[in-house]
Amino acid sequence: MIAYTEKIRETAQRLLKQCQVEMVIGFRAGSMPMMNEPCFIRKPEDAGQLVWDSNCGINLANYLTDRKEGKIGIVAKGCDSRNIVTHILENKIKREQLVIIGVPCQGMIDKRRITRKAPGEILEVIEADGQVTVKTATDAQTYAKADVMQSNCMVCKHRNPVVHDEMVADPVPEQTDVDPYEDVKAIEAMTSEEKWKYFDELLAPCIRCYACRNACPLCYCPTCFVDEAKPQWMGKSQDPMDVRTFHFLRAYHCAGRCTDCGACERACPVGINMRTLTKKLNKDCLDLYGWEAGLSLDSRPALDIYNPNDPNEFIK
Amino acid sequence: MKNLLEHMGIEEGRLHFSWISSAESTKFVKVVSEISEKVKAIGPNQHFVKQEAKVA
Repeated sequence: MIAYTEKIRETAQRLLKQCQVEMVIGFRAGSMPMMNEPCFIRKPEDAGQLVWDSNCGINLANYLTDRKEGKIGIVAKGCDSRNIVTHILENKIKREQLVIIGVPCQGMIDKRRITRKAPGEILEVIEADGQVTVKTATDAQTYAKADVMQSNCMVCKHRNPVVHDEMVADPVPEQTDVDPYEDVKAIEAMTSEEKWKYFDELLAPCIRCYACRNACPLCYCPTCFVDEAKPQWMGKSQDPMDVRTFHFLRAYHCAGRCTDCGACERACPVGINMRTLTKKLNKDCLDLYGWEAGLSLDSRPALDIYNPNDPNEFIK
Repeated sequence: MKNLLEHMGIEEGRLHFSWISSAESTKFVKVVSEISEKVKAIGPNQHFVKQEAKVA
């Protein structure tokens, strides 16, 4: 991880010095453990602020939407790169504007898992060789990183960037023995009543803060449907039906575009796993159209093209 | 959309899609009768009824 950080700093400094980019989007250390924050580096001497470790789960593609800078460097792990591809396909940024600094990713730490395990306030989190050591005022405990990763990272099959101009390290091996859709299949097996109840319970804590929408790189509409008042598309209350409508539509707007980066779940202040909704759509896209979002710049998204063979059994 | 709605717990058979041209009046009647029959068989949808606000 330290080697990654050094390589990222060196690359960013070089790109800025040679004026190949106007700024580099990356991460710097936050004010608390496990809270790295996105940062925009515009001067070569500031490149030393950049860091990389397992707390860089925020999706940086979110900061590329309609950027006016001529050239931008961006640090991208697997899911970020897939969202960058989606951004390019949706004309939110041009490929020529970007210098992508690819980072092979080995999964991001889920800070909630660690906070739940730790006995007190966490003062420091150190990682080395697949182990994460968490220090509190009273003691220090070590966990295997695989046990405290974000749930989307545990089943990730695209850890290496799909597009890049520079790489900070050799690609890491992809996980092959994981089933990304295990949880979706479990819900599919339920009856309608059980499904309804499952989602009622899942969405009950939602406070409608829209952090999931804000963290998502796909949500870039100038006015989101939930904010619009004329016409008002949906109820703005805490009523379970309004909450459900919001989550349903938010997920649906990501159909065929979601890369399961986990930014929504990570941003949620009450820890709702709203990824179960987008994952169902991802699974449908894969089953019906053989499509996974953001893997190539040369193919159009599944819901963007028409094919006479498209499944249409649902239309009478 | 049908898939996700049913995934979230809308009963199968409540949601229907059809494509009917303005010239296909007989198809329209047929589809509407079929749908109303199926939906009546499931009964009224209680899920979408908003309860009174919980605050006093």
